[in-house]
Amino acid sequence: MESELLFKPGHTACAGCGQSLAARMVIEAAGKNTIVANNTGCLEVFSTKYPESAWNVPWIHSLFENCAAVASGIEAALIYLGKKDTTNVIAQGGDGGTADIGLQALSGMLERGHDILYVCYDNEAYMNTGVQRSGLTPFHTNTTTSPIGPKSVGNVRFKKPMPEIANAHGIPYVATASAGFPQDIQRKVKKAISIKGPKYIQIHVPCPLGWRHETELMLEIGKLAVETGLYPLIEYENGVLSAVRKITQPKPVEEYLKAQGRFKHLLGNPELIKQIQDIADNNIRKYNLKG
Amino acid sequence: MKEFLEGSRAVAEIVKMCKPGVISAYPITPQTHIVEELAQMVANGELNAQFVNVESEHSAASVVLGGVAAGVRSFTATSSQGLFYMAEVLFNISGMRLPLVMTCANRAISAPINIWNDQQDSLSLRDSGWVQLYAENIQEAVDLHLIGYRLSEDKSMMLPVMVCMDGFILTHGMEAVDMPKQEEVDKFLPAYKPLYKLDTAEPISMGLLADPDYYIETRFAMQETFKDALKLIPTINEEFKNCFNRDYKDGLVEEYYTKDAEKVIVAMGSVCGTIKEVVDAQRAKGKKIGLLKVISYRPFPYARVYDALKDVPRVAVLDKAVSLGAYAPLAIEIKAAFSGKKKSPKVISSFVAGLGGRDITAESVKEILTKLTQKEINLEFIDLKPELLKEEYGE
Repeated sequence: MESELLFKPGHTACAGCGQSLAARMVIEAAGKNTIVANNTGCLEVFSTKYPESAWNVPWIHSLFENCAAVASGIEAALIYLGKKDTTNVIAQGGDGGTADIGLQALSGMLERGHDILYVCYDNEAYMNTGVQRSGLTPFHTNTTTSPIGPKSVGNVRFKKPMPEIANAHGIPYVATASAGFPQDIQRKVKKAISIKGPKYIQIHVPCPLGWRHETELMLEIGKLAVETGLYPLIEYENGVLSAVRKITQPKPVEEYLKAQGRFKHLLGNPELIKQIQDIADNNIRKYNLKG
Repeated sequence: MKEFLEGSRAVAEIVKMCKPGVISAYPITPQTHIVEELAQMVANGELNAQFVNVESEHSAASVVLGGVAAGVRSFTATSSQGLFYMAEVLFNISGMRLPLVMTCANRAISAPINIWNDQQDSLSLRDSGWVQLYAENIQEAVDLHLIGYRLSEDKSMMLPVMVCMDGFILTHGMEAVDMPKQEEVDKFLPAYKPLYKLDTAEPISMGLLADPDYYIETRFAMQETFKDALKLIPTINEEFKNCFNRDYKDGLVEEYYTKDAEKVIVAMGSVCGTIKEVVDAQRAKGKKIGLLKVISYRPFPYARVYDALKDVPRVAVLDKAVSLGAYAPLAIEIKAAFSGKKKSPKVISSFVAGLGGRDITAESVKEILTKLTQKEINLEFIDLKPELLKEEYGE
């Protein structure tokens, strides 16, 4: 049985790592006829330390920011070899490798129309280097480069709207997903690879180490981000918002914040919590999440 | 049959005959004509390749990395800032032991921005793990691409090759070129059969993390391979001679009237043509002048350089690059070739000329010969304009 797994156990991810769960969901949904190009980051480090590899599909890591371009070359080679119709290509990286240093290569890949699924594992900071702030770090988050102090309440900017940026390229499929909803990840990956052209899926992946929460809370915290409206699960098809995961009874953001050390400084400060609640409420309105 | 061709056109023609399946490039002068020609060949259906127009040189190098990792012969070309933007990927390609050929249309480095020729770009990337071969003329540029693919894809090598040709002088110059026939190329350069590739039928992982228990051996292995290349380059050149009837001898250096010479200039690239003219004229007057042309800068053929120059009393090294704060890049290697040896030239003087496209004329070469006296010169710039220096320092 184990030999048939595409992402094998025994790698060195932390306990409760949301990214390792999500990565396994992605590759199992995509299937064995898949080639993966991986940016530098936690996933690359914990899954492929020589002489071992967790990957049972062809897998390549080149640099921090170029998986979208490497995947473009792989796709071009597969077209040349006449193998593209029977092979999926996935490019994947973390939030820093996607939204910051890798944004240019990603934009090029999306604009050129390659038949590639790009997966961004969003744990909302540079976890591999020790929890530094990225372009996808949320507002008011305490990280090692957006620390709290007498003159700081954490990260001063909102998350870069990557799904909208990807969607603006006019690509056929964009979705967000969460490690808190593993089956939903698989459904979206299967849907994405059934569509020809560039696809972008951004998966919210809790990081117990960087977010400073108990490891057994990973799934619950992932779910809470969705159920508060802070991480809306949405799908764009051909540029149009086609589906959202409805929230029947939105939970207050404080429930999400209080379990995580990175937001601890907000607790007991109703004004700051209100600012986070406003982000959630705005998402609920913008994407019509209530229902 | 010889054809009168622009250098870029000739390079594009030979690249086409090498049948790359993936080509990717980003525009930068003076490399552009090469990739424009290739794009047109693909558009015309003359070349069956995927031409990937990327948003940067970083991605151009990454695309060909992906192409060759997936088992398809690939090609890219760049210059100057483009080469520097690729730098990170170039080290990665060689470290992953992926065979590739790239043209570097040599150009100066910014600032100040300057599109004209010198060799500061490729020489700054000398430690990138790429073989570096320098062409004197368009014919050589053509032939070095063929030799480059053979060398790169040899099972004992699996290292990338950079063919360096002086921007504008060779890329935009015209020359009568003996272009090989496709069947001759096919015989010399068979279809690429990768040692390893990304293949769903046989999944492997590439580009793994190597901790201190493993990393240094990867660099040792590359260093050993570069040593082997010093033997393989002559073997491939011998085969090349038999196929195409052009003789580059060992393909590492070219000795031009060095045997009895009293003064030899060492240089790389198109300036060697100018130096040969001066040598011819001086020889006609009975003066014992020679040229040692270095073709392979990486691997550097120390033993060949030693043999060629050990009995020459005076040697001048002409660099079209600088290593600011140190000796010039070619001069460093020539001096190193004689370190701790029994025989050595009495004088190895170092000259820098032609930066940013300043013409190196026959007069410049003669000035170097004049300055090549018993007194060793460690780095002198030739053809400086004193009036500009005065302005600079407000004297």
